[in-house]
Amino acid sequence: MIENLLSVRNIETYYGPIMALRGVSLDVPKGQIVTVLGANGAGKTTILKTVSGVMDPQKGSVTFEDNQIQGSDPDWVARQGIAHVPEGREVFPLLTVRENLSMGAFARTERGGIGADLEMVFDYFPILQERADQQAGYLSGGQQQMLAIARALMARPRLMLLDEPSLGLSPILVKEIFDIIRRLNKEQGVTMLLVEQNANMALQIAGYGYVLELGRIVMDDACHRLLESEDIKEFYLGVKKDAVRGRKRWRRKKTWR
Amino acid sequence: MIQIVVAGVAQGCVYGMIALGFVLIYKATEQVNFAQGDIMMLGMFTAFTLIATGGLSWWLGIVLAIAVTGAFGFFLDKLMLRQIIGQPQFAVVILTIALGFIFRSVAGGVWGADPVSFTTPYGRTIVTLNESETGNTVIDVSDLVIILGTIILVAVMYAFFRFTRIGIAMQAASQNQLAACYMGIPVKYIFSLIWGISAAVSCVAGILLAPKIATFDPDVGFLAITAFAAAVIGGFGSLPGALLGGLIIGVTEQLAQAYLPGDFARAVAPVSGFVILLVVLLVRPDGLFAQTQRKKV
Ligand SMILES: Nc1ncnc2c1ncn2[C@@H]1O[C@H](COP(=O)(O)OP(=O)(O)OP(=O)(O)O)[C@@H](O)[C@H]1O
Ligand SMILES: [Mg+2]
Repeated sequence: MIENLLSVRNIETYYGPIMALRGVSLDVPKGQIVTVLGANGAGKTTILKTVSGVMDPQKGSVTFEDNQIQGSDPDWVARQGIAHVPEGREVFPLLTVRENLSMGAFARTERGGIGADLEMVFDYFPILQERADQQAGYLSGGQQQMLAIARALMARPRLMLLDEPSLGLSPILVKEIFDIIRRLNKEQGVTMLLVEQNANMALQIAGYGYVLELGRIVMDDACHRLLESEDIKEFYLGVKKDAVRGRKRWRRKKTWR
Repeated sequence: MIQIVVAGVAQGCVYGMIALGFVLIYKATEQVNFAQGDIMMLGMFTAFTLIATGGLSWWLGIVLAIAVTGAFGFFLDKLMLRQIIGQPQFAVVILTIALGFIFRSVAGGVWGADPVSFTTPYGRTIVTLNESETGNTVIDVSDLVIILGTIILVAVMYAFFRFTRIGIAMQAASQNQLAACYMGIPVKYIFSLIWGISAAVSCVAGILLAPKIATFDPDVGFLAITAFAAAVIGGFGSLPGALLGGLIIGVTEQLAQAYLPGDFARAVAPVSGFVILLVVLLVRPDGLFAQTQRKKV
């Protein structure tokens, strides 16, 4: 049996009266990259927020390394080894790049090795070393995304939650970021839960994928099989078959509905 | 002239330090603590109790008073302000105003309404700088101590926020609360710490002010209203701005006092800070040191 680093069981999370997650379950095996795909407003961000403790689920459980962590404070969750790279980067704009990185290591209990990790992070993101003493607010969007990932790395996390790292980046930069994510997973052994709208990229680097719609998981499979699936092709990869055109179009509803 | 400026700068330093207290809390939590002046007052009376009543040496007395006031600010936030988080902004405003009233009346009950004082090693010594035909330039040592104290305080705070892990974390939490949360920074605790620092800074201001004004009573905290104007002049989000705003008001008050004719001076000097406030608000509505900074959550 594969060991799950994270398992989420039937979580239901609300924004006031709005039910954003309607019983979501998913597993993230140790050492793997797992992706959650979904359109705007599907609830992807809410899943990550519920895992990292920023939001509390009303029902269901989140298990990390055999401990139930649902409903815990986010700073406690971070200290357990979960690093959240939030949607839209969220760097500290007036702190320097170096200070931002040092904040990533805030929750670490052992302070040794931080210097070595800084070197490691600069190895992956040379641009950050160049800009180390510049205010983070003056970095470009792509550089801020790199900083957000690098900052999370400084925590030496066992699980990294990545919320749409490709958002607003040029195709070349998207590829670069995803290459680095893949390398971090391979070389540093960081397990990843990756939330994306860029299904094509996400399915290429992840091992297993879930499809989320309106707060429910509607499909899940190994990524190579999802890449083959007609539904995914049509609705998430934008590939249309000639056969399904015109009058027959109405039949081609998503099979899970 | 020199003596007027020195007195003004000293008064301005006091305003500036209280303004720092306002801005520290505002920057981090977007709350305005209208009890700031009354916390300063409590700090002054704590020092009075320790030094005048308790007979401690001045040094020991002020260190303890600053520590006690800091702890008071920390727990005030932890036990009261953090508890009403999520309530509308005006709830916090009303709460801090109410706390100010309570502190004043409690102080009146405990220490009475009569003016008190405590002795300092330097007292109200006066140095005569030079003797010329036009008269002597005399400078109050308590003014010099205020200025020196402010410089030290600002240097310590600068180093703290710039170079210590917890100080940088305070900046981080002020700039982006949510991201700080994600980093595992205990944001609530950090905010309580900032309240503690703010209270301690006010206490320093009060302790340095005490010998300058000779005696004080529970209403001494109303001084903070002028300091509030100083913070607004400085942009209400900028620490250097707060200090500068304080200095501008302090010096103006003294100049108005000295150079305006008799009765007029007595009437106008105390409000000259607000006149400046109006002018600044008309010319630069965001204050002198406005920081355009996106703030999340
Ligand atoms: N702060 C909020 N208050 C109320 N409702 C919210 C809030 N944040 C999100 N929602 C609602 O919850 C649902 C899920 O939102 P979520 O942010 O998780 O979507 P998402 O899949 O991350 O979308 P996107 O791809 O646009 O980031 C949406 O219907 C949204 O309208
Ligand atoms: Mg989202």
